[in-house]
Amino acid sequence: MNTKVEIAGVEFKNPVMTASGTFGSGVEYSDFVDLNKLGAVVTKGVANVPWPGNPVPRVAETYGGMLNAIGLQNPGIDVFVERDIPFLKQYDTKIIVNVCGKSVEDYLEVVERLGDTQIDMLEINVSCPNVKEGAIAFGQKAESLYDITSQIKAKARQPVIMKLSPNVTDIGEMAKAAEAAGADAVSLINTLTGMKIDIHKRAFVLANKTGGLSGPAIKPVAVRMVYQASHAVKIPVIGMGGIASAEDAIEFLLAGASAVAVGAMNFVNPYATMEVAEGIEAYMKKYQIEDISELIGGVKE
Amino acid sequence: MSGKRKVRARVLHQKMIAPDIYDMWLSTDLAKTAGAGQFIGVYPKDKAHLLPRPISICEVDREKNALRIVYRIAGAGTAEFATWETGQEAELLGVLGNGFPVDQGQKKKVALMGGGIGIPPMLQLAKQLKAADSEVAIVLGYRDGQLFLKEDLEKHGTVYIATEDGSAGIRGNVLNVMNEEQIKADVIMACGPMPMLRAIKSYAEDEQIEAYISLEERMACGVGACLGCVCKTTHKDAHSHVNNARICTDGPVFDVREVEI
Repeated sequence: MNTKVEIAGVEFKNPVMTASGTFGSGVEYSDFVDLNKLGAVVTKGVANVPWPGNPVPRVAETYGGMLNAIGLQNPGIDVFVERDIPFLKQYDTKIIVNVCGKSVEDYLEVVERLGDTQIDMLEINVSCPNVKEGAIAFGQKAESLYDITSQIKAKARQPVIMKLSPNVTDIGEMAKAAEAAGADAVSLINTLTGMKIDIHKRAFVLANKTGGLSGPAIKPVAVRMVYQASHAVKIPVIGMGGIASAEDAIEFLLAGASAVAVGAMNFVNPYATMEVAEGIEAYMKKYQIEDISELIGGVKE
Repeated sequence: MSGKRKVRARVLHQKMIAPDIYDMWLSTDLAKTAGAGQFIGVYPKDKAHLLPRPISICEVDREKNALRIVYRIAGAGTAEFATWETGQEAELLGVLGNGFPVDQGQKKKVALMGGGIGIPPMLQLAKQLKAADSEVAIVLGYRDGQLFLKEDLEKHGTVYIATEDGSAGIRGNVLNVMNEEQIKADVIMACGPMPMLRAIKSYAEDEQIEAYISLEERMACGVGACLGCVCKTTHKDAHSHVNNARICTDGPVFDVREVEI
């Protein structure tokens, strides 16, 4: 039985990854998860300099999900390179570094710094809804997405994944813009912009007023968008959005994802990533599937 | 490895001890390593409410392998917990957080200050401090005459009471008690609402008393990954490099001098 998948020349032992921002750089969840069992660890977004993030409250639970407005707090690329990459190198898993910035120059600085490090891929965050400058500003118009993707591709020494926002009218058009600019893959969906109001205090629950919605509540939206994106482009699609179980992950594979990521559900079940990887194998055994590639895009039309 | 785990536990018994305040004993192996000021994540069974609720440990019974939590109904999750009955299974995440530095209180005069639903962690703390030969004064701030846990606490130190409505003890707050009773302490350890903790911080700094406070914030993961529950710190911390400590893992207990609240 083969569970290996290949994306842009990088081979993953299985299609299960962590969604950026939900797993730190793996340290905290290494108490629960054997990182060697994961296809890849996708790190929390890192910028050229440390970012303090947003004021608290930064998180709020919602029906079947949660809102977050962390605001991409991160220690900056220097600390990341010295501390987080060596930690992850101890494990037999691939390292995908999520990159964020306020300007194109910020992104390029991080991408260039990572050029001579031992990481496997870059994931470019152009879809975080919680920061005022940069991030989603690059990811909501096809032209700006095309522009930033081309500039990053010109400098990047590792394959580039563009992480797409669901807060757009036509996800297929966005995926096509990334592909046309040379992206090696796209990942989706980032969170959906949401809001929660405390009716007793008549106040916003999050200090940032709006936050990104994630968790099982968004899964059907994510599956639909992964299906649309994977039909719009030839480059691989990494699917995420509310994955809690192997069944959920298999839905994404069938919709067209070449790999999947577990996000908010890490907070609920710290063992979720490993359970998803094991559950996919059990499913393949049950249905006598020899190669996981049979599942990718395998939904009957 | 910190030994954090998600485990199945069993409800031993539960009762309401004041309006909206519940007292529950849970049978769990987490009791083996749990200490004063640490907390556990308690999962609602209703899957519409996914995140573990951070609840402080009130008492640890190592012999019976049991943890006691005393919590206030604050929303749908805790409202569900209040319905749990003896024998029911519960899922817990733990043991979380750093806990109070009991060693810093060893053989010293320690003033414990608990306000409202910040009172429960004072019980385990008083027990551990008593075992460390500390002289313990326990100052409790309640809203009204519903003096939950008062009798449990009296077993481990001298208890002083303040109530907001004056229905028991001194009318006012824990610092009014400190002044009126002229309580002198080498170390303060406290948990309670933010205005109380701010007042304790300024009191401790004025009087130059060492003080440790337990903070609270909305949390998601509880293990330091999501960066939801941060507080501002005086010095650049090793993890964030942006003066943001994580209450769930770097705390919830901080030296007052280290945090800006």
